[in-house]
Amino acid sequence: MLKYILKRLLMALATLWVISTLTFVLMHALPNDPFTDPKLKPEVRQALRVKYGLDKPLSEQYVIYMKNLLKGDLGTSIKYPGRSVSDIIAESFPKSFALGWRALIIAVIFGMLLGIIAALNHQKTLDYLSIFIAIIGVSIPSIILGPILAYFFGVKLGWFPVTVDKSEISLFLPSLTLAMSSLATISRLMRTTTLEVLGQDYISTAKAKGLSKTQIVLKHVLRNAVMPIITILGPLFAALITGSIVVEKIFAVAGLGEYFVSTITEQDYPMIMGITIFYAALIILSILVVDIMYGFIDPRLRISGKGGE
Amino acid sequence: MKKILEVKNLEVSFDTYAGEVQAVRDVSFDLYEGETLAIVGESGSGKSVTAKSLIRLNPEPPARYKAGEILLHGENILDKKEKEMQKIRGSKIGMIFQDPMTSLNPTMTVGKQIMEALMKHQKVAKSEARKVALEMLRMVQIPNPEKRFDEYPHQFSGGMRQRVMIAIALVCNPQILIADEPTTALDVTIQAQILDLMKNLQEKIKTSIILITHDLGVVAHSAQRIIVMYGGKIVESGTTDQIFYKSRHPYTWGLLNSVPRLDIHKEDGRLDSIEGTPPDLFAPPQGCPFADRCEYAMEICRKKMPPQFETGENHHSACWLNHEFAPKVENPTQIAKKLQKEEVQMREQ
Ligand SMILES: Nc1ncnc2c1ncn2[C@@H]1O[C@H](COP(=O)(O)OP(=O)(O)OP(=O)(O)O)[C@@H](O)[C@H]1O
Ligand SMILES: [Mg+2]
Repeated sequence: MLKYILKRLLMALATLWVISTLTFVLMHALPNDPFTDPKLKPEVRQALRVKYGLDKPLSEQYVIYMKNLLKGDLGTSIKYPGRSVSDIIAESFPKSFALGWRALIIAVIFGMLLGIIAALNHQKTLDYLSIFIAIIGVSIPSIILGPILAYFFGVKLGWFPVTVDKSEISLFLPSLTLAMSSLATISRLMRTTTLEVLGQDYISTAKAKGLSKTQIVLKHVLRNAVMPIITILGPLFAALITGSIVVEKIFAVAGLGEYFVSTITEQDYPMIMGITIFYAALIILSILVVDIMYGFIDPRLRISGKGGE
Repeated sequence: MKKILEVKNLEVSFDTYAGEVQAVRDVSFDLYEGETLAIVGESGSGKSVTAKSLIRLNPEPPARYKAGEILLHGENILDKKEKEMQKIRGSKIGMIFQDPMTSLNPTMTVGKQIMEALMKHQKVAKSEARKVALEMLRMVQIPNPEKRFDEYPHQFSGGMRQRVMIAIALVCNPQILIADEPTTALDVTIQAQILDLMKNLQEKIKTSIILITHDLGVVAHSAQRIIVMYGGKIVESGTTDQIFYKSRHPYTWGLLNSVPRLDIHKEDGRLDSIEGTPPDLFAPPQGCPFADRCEYAMEICRKKMPPQFETGENHHSACWLNHEFAPKVENPTQIAKKLQKEEVQMREQ
């Protein structure tokens, strides 16, 4: 097991290296650089380029960047002078993360619940209702859903604050908005897998033992139906973390999402590199964690070497 | 012998979008204590639906029990509520299925899967249940049961899994074991082992077995009585000897001629399969369901369902050939001819 994790970690590092190199190349392949503002005087521009090392040949810049990266130094932002990229990430990411993991939990719990209820009431009212919710969840973008939720639950009913402050409750509406499409995805997947499991022979075996419907669902259906959900948790988590830009705007959260967009349009080289590498590491890590988790839940995939007859 | 199960005029239909599938039509039979009763027939003849009806395992809906009674110790199964059925399933009647590869939950240890029924029905403590389940694994001859107990189904071979299934079905000492094609998915050598095991266990715990198969070869050595089903109906029933040597139904003759492992073959060594396809259960024929495929079919066969003619002691054949006015047709199977030859030889000696 340990050997497996180590191997995966090494592979993750290699992947990170490829991603950062690609980003580096693509970023510099864009026609402009951070200082193409026509209002800048050429001398100032040249001075800035020297200051940030952009006057050196690309290969040299690459080597310098990679050296710094190995030391854990992501450089300083161009747009926000004097602030290191790591600081900006360290300051804004927790806010995105706070939304992200809450959204994931909401999506997983309610998505699975909705999917199971739908499957257990196959082709009955509750099934159709949950399909309806799922369709709404997928088709209404957060830029519309967010304001609707904010208006209804925040302004009209006054149950939740509409902007995020330090309180836990203020995170509810943005998390829910963020969760909605993942919730819908999970519920649809869960419905399909549950229906599939319900039709399996071992469910007949369980019934033939005399187990009640509840016992069958809890002991035999859930664990098997949840497997495919677990495989998508990694990418889903990554999507929730990185996809919060709109939600952060609506509910006034100073998260990393906002930086991600603005630094790209402004070609803030160190920021682009830093955030991309950070996100990539996050995604790779979450997929790795999910894979390891999967091994624990599905005995057929347990990496133990022995087994079989 | 004591009757423990009585099925009377059972009718089971499935309500589907395409219409009503009349899967089981007017089926009646008894099951006696300690015996093995085989139900044979081609695919789609209603064997599984009949068997599942006994513990109400057909999904309702679409399944609907239109008529009849299933009496277990005199109580009608078809009147029971779901809660009452749960008490019967696994404790009074156990069931094993065709495909051992898919019949076990892949994410639960086999030990737990055996313990489950025990803990449900006998309300025993976990440690006690574990002891009994281990004993059960030993009884179905799984080597190294202590170690195997905590393993998962994928670590077992097909034959071993079917042994586990048998352990699950028998752990509460049911009076009836329903085995729905328990060996169809297994290698021939393993098949014999499983059948032997079932026979041994039956003697040990005195359970009655309903053995379902489409292969008469499988039942030859394990069943005392045989029911032959076709198109949702029982077309012939009798003791194993009666069905094998004295059958009075052309469908049974066809089945006998298509058995590969009986020691008797046609002169040219060729096996026959019955030509044609089973009847449409959406609109079952009004006469004999086999008439369209039967080389002896008469006019009446298509018009009127034959009654169960008594063709021997406790031997019934639903075929018009047994009517006193029908032309005399001899049982043409090789196995019957061989028997006749032997009888003639015996008389000559
Ligand atoms: N859930 C269901 N819905 C609709 N029709 C069904 C259902 N289950 C069984 N049937 C129909 O009932 C008929 C009898 O099926 P059954 O499973 O009893 O056949 P069988 O004799 O066990 O055959 P096999 O050897 O293939 O197992 C078939 O025509 C089948 O299509
Ligand atoms: Mg069947």
